[in-house]
Amino acid sequence: MFCYTKSNMAKLTRDDVLKLAGLAKLELSEDEVDKFTLEISEILGYVEQLQAVDVEGLEPTYQLTGLSNVMRPDEIVDYKIERSELMKNLPAEEDGQIKVKRVLA
Amino acid sequence: MSQWPSVKDLASDVNSGRVSASEQVEKALKTIEEKKEFNAIIATLADRARQRAKTIDDRIKGGENVGRLAGVPFIAKDNFLTFGAETTAASNILKGFEAPYQATAIERLEAEGAICVAKANLDAFAHGSSTENSDFFTTLNPHDKSKVPGGSSGGSTASVVLDMAPFALGTDTGGSIRLPASFCGAVGYKPTYGLVSRSGVVAMASSTDVIGPLTRTVADSALVLDIMAGTDELDSTSIVKDKLGYELSPTVANLKGQKIGVISEYMSEGLEPEVKDSINKAIEALKQAGAEIVDVSLPSLPLALAVYYVICPAEVSSNLSRYDGQRYGFSKQDTTNLDDIYKQTRSIGFGNEAKRRIMIGTYVLSSGFYDAYYKKAQIVRTKLVKEFEDAFKKVEFLIGPTAPTTAFGVGENIADPLKMYLTDIMTVAVNLVGVPAISVPCPVSDKMPIGLQIIAAQHQDRKLLEIAQLTESILK
Repeated sequence: MFCYTKSNMAKLTRDDVLKLAGLAKLELSEDEVDKFTLEISEILGYVEQLQAVDVEGLEPTYQLTGLSNVMRPDEIVDYKIERSELMKNLPAEEDGQIKVKRVLA
Repeated sequence: MSQWPSVKDLASDVNSGRVSASEQVEKALKTIEEKKEFNAIIATLADRARQRAKTIDDRIKGGENVGRLAGVPFIAKDNFLTFGAETTAASNILKGFEAPYQATAIERLEAEGAICVAKANLDAFAHGSSTENSDFFTTLNPHDKSKVPGGSSGGSTASVVLDMAPFALGTDTGGSIRLPASFCGAVGYKPTYGLVSRSGVVAMASSTDVIGPLTRTVADSALVLDIMAGTDELDSTSIVKDKLGYELSPTVANLKGQKIGVISEYMSEGLEPEVKDSINKAIEALKQAGAEIVDVSLPSLPLALAVYYVICPAEVSSNLSRYDGQRYGFSKQDTTNLDDIYKQTRSIGFGNEAKRRIMIGTYVLSSGFYDAYYKKAQIVRTKLVKEFEDAFKKVEFLIGPTAPTTAFGVGENIADPLKMYLTDIMTVAVNLVGVPAISVPCPVSDKMPIGLQIIAAQHQDRKLLEIAQLTESILK
């Protein structure tokens, strides 16, 4: 139950990791790329065991207690939170609005 | 010996005016200060707690009954949104974040007179099994400072064992309440999925995240759960609570004729000998008390960790995409365009484990690999759900160890993420199938605690707490 063999198979390349980082909006140092290439490959090697499992006739489980389409009345509820309370955490604002950097480089 | 009476007695003493809420808050703050070197606490809410205590004391002088938790101090894991201090989830990216509203769980406890006195350390965003992934510092085990307290609710659990407050709140996504309870010698309760609203709690893996108490006794856990449980319009996954509630009466049913299944897969090779010995003794004690003990096999259990480490990172990568440096928390402002602010904020603000999980999640959800990893894991999850359902047709409860080992050394597993993940091998299946489970301390020969895990079917929280209370009294 607790044994595991480390997969030596290089599951991911450095380029794969760089691509993943880009998709997730992360910038990695050279050392980080090396480290994550190894570690993530190992973890993917471990979860590889799922491929061999026979799941014939089974459906995925996305929700555990059988709830679906939980609705609420379409009414405005006043949660008594001041606009200023929501704005106080903004890193940058102008005229009461969120200020963002320019989109095009 | 604890400086705190039971939660119920403390609230009744405060309500009757025998002791004051202010005295309780001062006692908690003093203990927090005295035991600072364990790094259990990120911040205290001293000013707000003192104010609330004064208000409560005034109301009691005015003849009011303030509620079932009148003047009871508690400590919240720092992934609960609270007033009175920053909410950081022990992450650099949320540093400076002041919550504009409080978690439903906190609101419900406060409505009964409880007072939040501090925010506890955790693995950043609750990613981890030792608190070593906290972006700030590592919490130390109250029984041995060279050992970890377990995680991710390690600060909350240590705070209760260090007697800082009568109870603490944790979250459990793959074992984060039960594992530290086992490592530190506390009672840790993980309710049925959805029983406690998660509104206002920093999301990790939404299909398994739950909120629960860490306490010294099962009765305290039951009372705190009773107050937090039930539907909340702010969390559409919340479920109704048991009609009878969860507060336990001192005299409950006995163990005679109760059918309890020992999980064979959890008692197999790989279990530390002391843990096996301690759990076997506990099982024997339950048998002596009249329980009918049988072996039960759930053949897919060895796959649970692999399922978890596909589903959890997938949900993490999605939940952490909101940290973009635009609305709250850390933001790298001295950048030239929007894409740079995203990248630099996230690269500086997230620690190693968050980055690792975000990238694994991004991988298993990406178009070429979605079916092979994410969908396949969700289907294997169904296998687990069915095996648990079948097991609960044969027995009322399942038992086994909470963890295969006692607390490991600080630094021992940090360089090997996969080995660290294996710490959760006995707790994750419960989260994947949504059933309730509790870790109760076992008698030990050595000083390091060991937890007995008891598991029940979905919605059987009340029965589980009842049998856990019986077990606790038998093992004492």
